[in-house]
Amino acid sequence: MGRFVSVLAVALFATPAHAATGEPVNPWVALAYLVAGVFFILALRGLSSPSTSRRGNRFGMAGMLIAVVTTLVTHDVANLVEIAIAIAIGGLIGFLIARRIAMTAMPELVAAFHSLVGLAAVLVGWAAYLNPGAFGLLTADGGIGAVSKVEMGLGIAIGAITFSGSVIAFAKLSGRMSGSPILLPARHVINLGTLAAIIVLTALFAMTTGPAETLPLIVALTVLAFVIGFLLIIPIGGADMPVVVSMLNSYSGWAAAAMGFTLGNTAMIITGALVGSSGAILSYIMCRAMNRSFLSVIAGGFGADDAAAGGEAKEQRPYKQGSADDAAFMLEQADKVIIIPGYGMAVAQAQHALREMTDILEEKGVEVKFAIHPVAGRMPGHMNVLLAEASVDYDKVFELEDINSEFAQADVAFIIGANDVVNPAAKTDKSSPIYGMPVFDVDKAKQVFFIKRSMGGVGYAGVDNDVFYMDQTMMLLSDAKKMVEEIVKALD
Amino acid sequence: MDFISILSIFVLACFVGYYVVWSVTPALHTPLMAVTNAISSVIIVGALIAAAEAGSPAAKWLGLAGVVLASVNIFGGFAVTERMLAMYKKKEKK
Repeated sequence: MGRFVSVLAVALFATPAHAATGEPVNPWVALAYLVAGVFFILALRGLSSPSTSRRGNRFGMAGMLIAVVTTLVTHDVANLVEIAIAIAIGGLIGFLIARRIAMTAMPELVAAFHSLVGLAAVLVGWAAYLNPGAFGLLTADGGIGAVSKVEMGLGIAIGAITFSGSVIAFAKLSGRMSGSPILLPARHVINLGTLAAIIVLTALFAMTTGPAETLPLIVALTVLAFVIGFLLIIPIGGADMPVVVSMLNSYSGWAAAAMGFTLGNTAMIITGALVGSSGAILSYIMCRAMNRSFLSVIAGGFGADDAAAGGEAKEQRPYKQGSADDAAFMLEQADKVIIIPGYGMAVAQAQHALREMTDILEEKGVEVKFAIHPVAGRMPGHMNVLLAEASVDYDKVFELEDINSEFAQADVAFIIGANDVVNPAAKTDKSSPIYGMPVFDVDKAKQVFFIKRSMGGVGYAGVDNDVFYMDQTMMLLSDAKKMVEEIVKALD
Repeated sequence: MDFISILSIFVLACFVGYYVVWSVTPALHTPLMAVTNAISSVIIVGALIAAAEAGSPAAKWLGLAGVVLASVNIFGGFAVTERMLAMYKKKEKK
């Protein structure tokens, strides 16, 4: 290890830092940024299991501290007080938000945080444009190199898209804006045209020199990028938000990476690549779990006819309705119960009541497991966090592919606030919009309890669910939290 | 650093990211998003440079604004991740 470090140090000594300005590089600075980058890798690595995750998070914090301190000690800081105040203000706001936010509001918080990264990238890009000397970007003739300008333009564009896209995602997730898709006519033409314009502007920006010539280009580039971010997200419906949030996560990473290229900073590049891949993989997992292509999600419009389908008077099919007492009685008799939570559980804040119910059932010798679909909720892993908040043991929480075979042995499948993820039409009905999506085989369980506010509403995909009408299904029509509380009372 | 060295680091880091992220348990995908959010605020490095260096008052103020935004994210992101991770536990008592 020591030998590795010394070899690395020699290698770093040999590399010029700012090739453009000819300044000698300080290898220790580069090394410090590298260490920060490695710590960020370890931060993500820790998340492979809950038991190592907190140590991982500490690595992340340490990495950030190293990066910030290294930056401050290696620059002639003219405004240390102002910087300290800026960090204190931002830190305090962030800390208070983190303390107070409800776990159910996590998707919108993450969207809001993404928007800040995006905006920060835009600001840094602009600062580098206005004061290239500070970033070592000046070429011999006093301008900015073409490559640097491409990186700068890309960083600003991706940052701006991340910002405005995340603001819209935040507004939709927090209910400040309707979750239904807003479809502009000819939106694909508008979007592709705007994207093309951004690429052309970046190229022009890189090729022109002189502040008077480049300024209008970079202004236009920034404005168009803000606009495209907005346009890209408004046609996407609420149910597709897990993909959007993951995608914006990815973008915020690419924005950081682009800035890392501009600054030649290893920590930023490594982080950008990590975050970029992370968001991309999460988007992929979400799309696969819905059996939809990434492009079809981004093209938007899914669930646009939600209201129309729900309002339509369908043929009335008979279903069985039960009470909390009925449910409690049968739950008590069961040997094995599998609970399937969905977004409705989050909305009703039913996770604590649900855990109480689980505790009572376990005391009575019933085996209880939780089954989580990858797209349950509004962001990847949303249900897991809510169950963890209610102190449900994570050993009892299973992913789709790990538990799906167990429904055949289950006495009760207990569906709370989920719908599309248990819809057998995904397996059988080729015309269904959710056809091909992997779903839970709840029809194999001996009994199905389905907590739902009313029979009127259908899932986000706007399709009827045959599970409602099965012989072994009992509909528990009520607010999820109230129903579970009543079951708990009946069990006692 | 020259462009190719930077590109090499970037490409290799993408591969590292790919394998590391696939090994993250799905149960921790929400904390993963929160922590990636926090670490992508390493962009604060750029904001600090802009804020620290003399030369352009406009760049300085943009930098300071960037420092505020990134700090919200860094402190908020790590704190909320910590809060979430603290909730994941195995039950001691029945």
